[in-house]
Order: sequence, then structure tokens, then C-alpha cells
Amino acid sequence: MADRRLMQGNEACAEGAIAAGVRFFAGYPITPSTEIAESMAKLLPKYGGTFVQMEDEIASMGAILGASLAGAKVMDATSGPGFSLKQELIGYAAVAEIPCVLVNVQRVGPSTGQPTAPSQGDVMQVRWGTHGDHPMIALSPWSVRETFDLTVMAVNYAERFRTPVILLMDEIVGHLRENVTLPTAEEIAIYPRRKPTKTRAEGYEPFAPEADLVPNVADFGNGYHVHVTGLIHDETGFPVGSPKVTQESIHRLHQKINRAGNEIIHTEEYFMEDADFAVVSFGGTARTVYEAVSEARELGYKVGMLRLVTIWPFADEAIARLAAKVKAITVAELNYGQIINEVQRAAGGVCPVEFCGKYDMRTFEPPEILDAIKKMCEGGGAN
Amino acid sequence: MSEILRSYEKYFRRNRLPHLWCPGCGNGIAMKAIVQAIEKNPEFNQDNTVIVSGIGCSSRASGYMDFDTLHTAHGRAIPFATGVKLANPKLNVIVITGDGDCTAIGGNHFIHGCRRNIDLTVVLFNNNIYGMTGGQASPMTPTGKKATTAPYGSVDRTFDACSLAQAAGATYVARSTAFHVNHLTDMIAGGFNNKGFSFIEALVQCPTAYGRRNKMGAPAEMLKWMRDNAVMKAAWDKLPDEKKTPEKFPIGLLYETNAVDYDTAYESVIELAGGK
Repeated sequence: MADRRLMQGNEACAEGAIAAGVRFFAGYPITPSTEIAESMAKLLPKYGGTFVQMEDEIASMGAILGASLAGAKVMDATSGPGFSLKQELIGYAAVAEIPCVLVNVQRVGPSTGQPTAPSQGDVMQVRWGTHGDHPMIALSPWSVRETFDLTVMAVNYAERFRTPVILLMDEIVGHLRENVTLPTAEEIAIYPRRKPTKTRAEGYEPFAPEADLVPNVADFGNGYHVHVTGLIHDETGFPVGSPKVTQESIHRLHQKINRAGNEIIHTEEYFMEDADFAVVSFGGTARTVYEAVSEARELGYKVGMLRLVTIWPFADEAIARLAAKVKAITVAELNYGQIINEVQRAAGGVCPVEFCGKYDMRTFEPPEILDAIKKMCEGGGAN
Repeated sequence: MSEILRSYEKYFRRNRLPHLWCPGCGNGIAMKAIVQAIEKNPEFNQDNTVIVSGIGCSSRASGYMDFDTLHTAHGRAIPFATGVKLANPKLNVIVITGDGDCTAIGGNHFIHGCRRNIDLTVVLFNNNIYGMTGGQASPMTPTGKKATTAPYGSVDRTFDACSLAQAAGATYVARSTAFHVNHLTDMIAGGFNNKGFSFIEALVQCPTAYGRRNKMGAPAEMLKWMRDNAVMKAAWDKLPDEKKTPEKFPIGLLYETNAVDYDTAYESVIELAGGK
């Protein structure tokens, strides 16, 4: 795989999934994510895996969860309208602790919205879309190569934490074509499917947490006779109508991810060494921000940028450190204002946080971000 | 004191019993018919068979059965089962569902499972009502019968799930009742032998949420109603139309055909792609 290839973000996602060991994909056609399903349909049978086009978005989510329980590493891909439909079974995967990756290549919403146009309007739905309290891991790439890398990371996190992981792409990166060199198999670390360390005779309980609070649920077909349900259950996997078990299980679902903490919260900083001001961004928009910050530097503005790679859990500490260092922060995102609320919360009022949003179906142009940077810097952080 | 177990009792998680179904419910009869059909099949055992269910009274059966079991979301048993089967075709996959679960919220999955001819055996426990939520009308509540959401009698027309399965592409379609328990077991056993989508409708009595509201009498009376109105397929085919009254219905193997199942078809895809 060490050759240099021109490829689309969506294709890189499929390549990353194969490299990470995904051998089952169920999907439903939807713009702008369809190329992921098309690529998987072509690639999976070459690796002895299975691609199935299901009758709807809910069914494709159900199929990957069944396949995961039967031992396969799994993925499904969609966009806004499909992502809304999948919320039911994202919650199921969270409570039943089923490893799976769901890709959302964002487009303009609400509803059918602007099907072919970019947006970053699903940030909060990723976090809170399914009912009930649940943790969430979401990663957002800004380049074709990073789409490959974060797909591998998403599969690894899904397996390690036995939880749904969302790869939060956007139409910009999904349809972007870049010349990339993909890593070789030897360069990629793979987290293997967790296996039971006890037999039934030794008192194995499928949902008993290990030291990292994650259970080693046996794959179907290995004689463990595991029961999996979306009802709140105890360590045996069977439903219990107990306040204590309900509280403990919801707490553990959160803690298994919270405890991993900064290990899974990735951010990147550019031009930050001597910066007095910063722009926070993510995904495809961060590309425009990088260009605008570079231009601002040439004009003498002491501005840098922080890019959120992990969207959820939110990078509270990185933002708090940033707020302590700079005079003001601007949040650039392709929506009416979503991640800015998290940045403001994490900044804790230490510095002003300004908003640069766009929701007219077009990507940002560098001058728009540059104007926001000038306004922020010239305001001196005093407003 | 040692207990004498009946041969099929090993298929149950005895520490999860007694079940939560009402006294007189027919679900236990259908669940027992499934394990007796498993017992008859030399290729099915507790380690290579997965039970997948949806949500509702019927679907609580999976928790009582000592296999790998998957109690999914409402209506979604067939998609989950499709994933289990395709990821590991060596597993025998049985779906337990109800009339609301399968033909209302899961209706799209049901017809597409049939169309795909995926190798599953789907047993629909048809109690003609949403029992778990207290007696609302389902797509299989007969027209005119009362439900909490049809207090004046249902005006909805009724799905014939067997005809639906046949039309959608299922390759084995059968019906039986909780009264005809040995026959029901045979119908399920026949489904296991079909490599493809097998559908068995098991009519079961719900004395609590359906029978009582419709003055159908005690559970035994509801079972007698099944005895008196079910007609074996061979006899049904000879029955003159004027004797096919709305209450009468055929039971038995209603339809069977040969078609390639999805796993087998996909093997040729892997071969064409040059996969392992």
C-alpha cells in the first residue's frame, strides 16, 4: 500500500476500514457518503469480507450490530438524514456495548436540507442524538490521509471500549481528492477483538468489567451462551429492575471512556508558540482556517489555531490552557453555532470567545476567516 | 432430591424461569415448540444456534433460552439476525418476533429479509395484539375486534403475514397454532431444513390483552377456537369458497420453493472478487 495515489476522502475511509480489519459493512445509499459504501462493496469481498446493502438506514445499523456480535469488525456510513434514523441503534450499541464505527459525512440540514452541500451541523447530534445518558467518541478528519488514519483509530477505539464510535466527516473532506501515501500494514497498530479470559465454569460473566471498566463480551458461536439486550442489565447481561444496577451501569458506560481521558482526546496546534489570539476549528473548515491564519501571520497578526481532532469527548483541558494563554478565541464552524458552546464552557470566561459561523451551503473562503481574525486581534480581546 | 428433567429442558435457562408471561399465555407453547424442533435437528446445538428477538411479549423468549441470544430493538430482529448470519454463516439463526414487531414497525425489514432469502428461520408469535403495552391494535388484529386503541372495534384491514412472506420471496412459509403443538413443532423443524428464509406464523392466545376484551373466554376456550377454525392445508384447498368463512384459516406448509440463499449467493461475489 506504500504507493502514492490520488484518492477521495470517502475512498480513504474505506481503505482505512479495510486496513483496520473491518470485514463487514452494511449501508444504504445517501449523498455525500455513498462512495464509502461503493468502495466497501468493491473491496470487502477481495478480503473475504461481506458487504450488504440493506433496505434502509435503520436496518444497516442493525446488521452491523448483529455482525459485530458474531465476531466481525464492522462499519456503516451515512449522512444527516440517515444519521437521524440511526440514533435508535446507536443507543443500543452504547448500552449493549457493541463495537461499531458509524461514519457521518455531514451535509446541510435540517431534514433533506442541501444534500450535496457541506455543513458541520451534526456536531451536537453526534453527542446527544440518541435518547438517554450515554458516552460518545467522535473523531473529525481534515484531510484525505487523516481520514484513513482516523478511520483506523475509530475502529480501534470501538473495539477497545466496546462502544459506537462516530467518524464525523463533512462533505468537504469526503469529496476532497488528494495525493496520498497510505501506511503499510506494519505501520498500523490494530486493537484486536476482546476475548473472554475465563470459561463459564470459572464463573465468566459477559458484562463483568475488566480493570479498564470494559467487559470482554464473548462473540456468538463460542459456547458462552451470552444474552445481549438493550434493557439495562447487570454483569450477567440479563435485565434487572434495580435502581442500584441502573445507576452503576450508566455510570460505568461513561467512566470507561472518561477514564481514558486525554489519551483519546487529540488536538493539533499551529502557529501557537507566540500567539496572542487563536482560532478553534475542526474538519474541513480547519483547512480554510489554516490558510487564513497563515495569511494573517504574513500580515503580522500574532494568531494561531487549535484543531479539534477528537470532537467528543470534548477537549476541555486543551481549551482551558488555550484560554489562559491568549487574549481571545474565535470559533470557526460551518453551522449556526454548536461547538462554540463547548469552547465557551471550557474557556470558563477566562478570555472572550467569538463566533465565525456560516450556514449558506458554501465552504468558508480564507478572507472570511481573515476578517474574523482581524476583528478579533484589533478588538484586542477587550470586548 | 433429584429432579427428572424432560429432554428439552436443557435448552432453557432455568435460573431465568418462571417467565413473565401471563397465566394462560400461548407464548410458552410456541417457545417450547422451537426447542423441540431444535432437539429434533442433529445439526442444531446450543453452541451453534443463535436466537434473535425483537421487542414485545414474544421477544422476551430469547432470555429464557440457553443459547447465544440477542434481544434487539423494536422491529429490528431481522436486520440484526441478517448481520449475525452474514458475519458467521456457520451459525443457525432463529428469529422470534411478534405481530406488531414483525409486521408493523419491522414490516420493511420483514419483506426485505424474505426478498433476500437470507437463511433465517423466523417464528412469528401472533397473539393479534400489542400485549406488552396492554392491548393496542396491531396490523394482525382482525378487523372488528376490540383493542385499547380500537375501543369501537378495529376498522383497519389485517395483514396475512404468510401471504406477505410468500409474495416478498420467502422460500418456506407455514402456519400453525398453540393448540396444534406437535404440528407447530413440525412446521418449525421444516423451516430449519430449508436453506433460505423460512417463515412460520404461530397463532398464540393472549387471554389478558386480547381475549378478555373480545369476550373469547378462558385460555382453553381460545385454544378450542383454534382447534375449530384452523383447517389443514390439504383440506383447505378442497374447501368450497362459501365454507371459507372469515374465522377459518389454513394451517400447514403453505408454500415452499427453491431459490439460492443470500450467503451462498455472496460466496460467488467473493469468488468473483478474488477474495479468500
